[in-house]
Amino acid sequence: MVGIKTADELNKKFLREGMWPTIFCNGCGHGVVLEYTFWALEELGLDMDKVIFSSGIGCSSRLPGYINADGLHTTHGRAIAFATGIKAADPDFHVIVFTGDGDCAGIGGNHFIHAARRNIDMTVIMINNFIYGMTGGQLAPTAPLGSIATTAPYGNIEHPFDICNLACALGANYVARWGVSHPYQPIKSIKEGIQKKGFSLLEFLAPCPTAYGRRNKLGDIKKHWAWYDNNTILKEDLEKIMKYGTEQEKEQVKEKIPLGVFQDIQKPGFFEAYEKLVDRLKEKESKPKGAKK
Amino acid sequence: MKYKRDPKRIREVLGKKVQFILGDIACVYGGLLAGVSFFGGYPITPASEVAEGMARRLPRVGGVYIQMEDEIGSIAAVIGAAWGGSKSMTATSGPGFSLMMENYGFAVMTETPCVIVNVQRTGPSTGQPTLGAQGDMMQVRWGTHGDLEALAFAPSTVQECMDFTIEAFNLSEKYRNPACVMTDGEVGHLRERIVIPDEKDLKLIDRTPATIDKKDFIPFTNSQTIKNCKVPDFPTFGTGYRTYVTGLTHNEKGFPATDKQPDHERLVKRITEKIMDDADKLVMVEEMNLDDADIAFVTYGATARPAESAMEMARKNGMKVGLLRLKLVWPFPDKLITKLAKDVDKIIVPEMNLGQIVHPVNEYACKHCEVVSAPKIGGEMHLPMELYKYLEGK
Repeated sequence: MVGIKTADELNKKFLREGMWPTIFCNGCGHGVVLEYTFWALEELGLDMDKVIFSSGIGCSSRLPGYINADGLHTTHGRAIAFATGIKAADPDFHVIVFTGDGDCAGIGGNHFIHAARRNIDMTVIMINNFIYGMTGGQLAPTAPLGSIATTAPYGNIEHPFDICNLACALGANYVARWGVSHPYQPIKSIKEGIQKKGFSLLEFLAPCPTAYGRRNKLGDIKKHWAWYDNNTILKEDLEKIMKYGTEQEKEQVKEKIPLGVFQDIQKPGFFEAYEKLVDRLKEKESKPKGAKK
Repeated sequence: MKYKRDPKRIREVLGKKVQFILGDIACVYGGLLAGVSFFGGYPITPASEVAEGMARRLPRVGGVYIQMEDEIGSIAAVIGAAWGGSKSMTATSGPGFSLMMENYGFAVMTETPCVIVNVQRTGPSTGQPTLGAQGDMMQVRWGTHGDLEALAFAPSTVQECMDFTIEAFNLSEKYRNPACVMTDGEVGHLRERIVIPDEKDLKLIDRTPATIDKKDFIPFTNSQTIKNCKVPDFPTFGTGYRTYVTGLTHNEKGFPATDKQPDHERLVKRITEKIMDDADKLVMVEEMNLDDADIAFVTYGATARPAESAMEMARKNGMKVGLLRLKLVWPFPDKLITKLAKDVDKIIVPEMNLGQIVHPVNEYACKHCEVVSAPKIGGEMHLPMELYKYLEGK
């Protein structure tokens, strides 16, 4: 760590004055992701005047309000499209999007798909709590099969959306998923995501005791947080077991959610490619007309 | 590299001073002259030529063109770019404009300058994609939820497509509100002669940047640098003001204040009054033969062209007919309409819809004269003879 040693010092530096307390419930994971983001930013030592946040609608999308930085709190599902314009305006910006499972994988899916495909230079932090928390617990596209929600009172029969799989298929430069109960990997991944040119996706599995845990009988906050440790598995471990494990071992892990870095590549980002295009046109036009190649 | 408007380069890219071009391309020229540096678009007839024209020219002046995934994304990116310091625009037609409505309201609520060109067609729904109409004259005013004021131009010629796009940027920058160029498929796909204004004749307005000390800056209140101005100074992202911009009802600091009645009233009144306080100054019309007129056409956009022909036919036959052409339809020139209604016996409102702008005309004229709607739908313009018949009372 650089100059800052404690969470108090960190908060003093990064939190926006006058916005405390947050809207988050007890046991919510959003504040933890915010804290991890602060640590990552602190370690990167970026000029916070040039780090711009964009978000949509939902609990996760309230995060930019708490950060002492420029932030655009936009409409439901559209944060990534807004962020595309922000980045286009100034290549010096580091654009970070906070979004949720409903905002990103639900209503905003199309913007997500195309920003990832274009490899737009931004870091998308999708906080997945399996539920529409702010509106009171409606079914989310990432909810595991059988989940209870106010709009799935008899259990979810839809297959959950694996947003990391989608991002990998689209060729995003950096794709990772982590839980929130261990800080080391998330902070490292946020740092790598922000440093990466092109599109990076960080998915965080975060508990929502109020709207999801309570309805799905996951127990008190402590038990609910433990659910994530019991129901996730490191991607490398999963691969090993699926390759070399016994049938019984395979059976035990097949429903678990894999964690890890799923993609880490170096395709040129959109704006890098765009600048090359502009340079190419400039060069072409600076040649006298009729001159041979 | 961050965009910087280069007048010489823009003129190299635009080419000759006098040209014969499409209305849609004239909107591209207007945008480039105004200093647009971001265009987010999505293909739609009859507006696609605007995106195509931008895709060809914007990279050559150093601006960014992106074909977004849909019209919702287009307007979103345009608003994002505006906060990053760009002059930004998009272009669409009826269905795309419908999709933009939510973020159009977001631009109003967050006081974001940006320009939307709407090459109108008809509906409901997909309607007649390749044909012109004036289907969105009310949508631009009332299409998004909540209270707002619209800034909407209606060009009648290709020259005006260019001129009004520049003017739309000026009003949008001045009032920090989205401004719309409500052209239509007829004017958008018309080819006419245009004259590109010289640099010295261009009057460009830029948003007032926030300049005061950061600790004293209040982002959503009257200007802190211009006296008696309800338009706040603009804290461009990246300049250190660290502004929180939200579509939620916010207080003057920009913080959410969703359950506080006075905050909402103060905010929404200011963002409507900043335009309506200047409404009388904003009136942009063309008056023809109104001095002695008994009957007046009140019209706008493509429809003004056959109305003018009908007026000329009537004048030849000794009828006292005039024409009031609205160049800026919203804010609506209410006082001017009332004054006109007192001077004439009848107002006829030709439109390529079943009657939209006839309603505000009627609202401000009905106490003083008869108001007649002259609608035509189906993708064909009025024939002068058809409008002449309205003058004869048939």
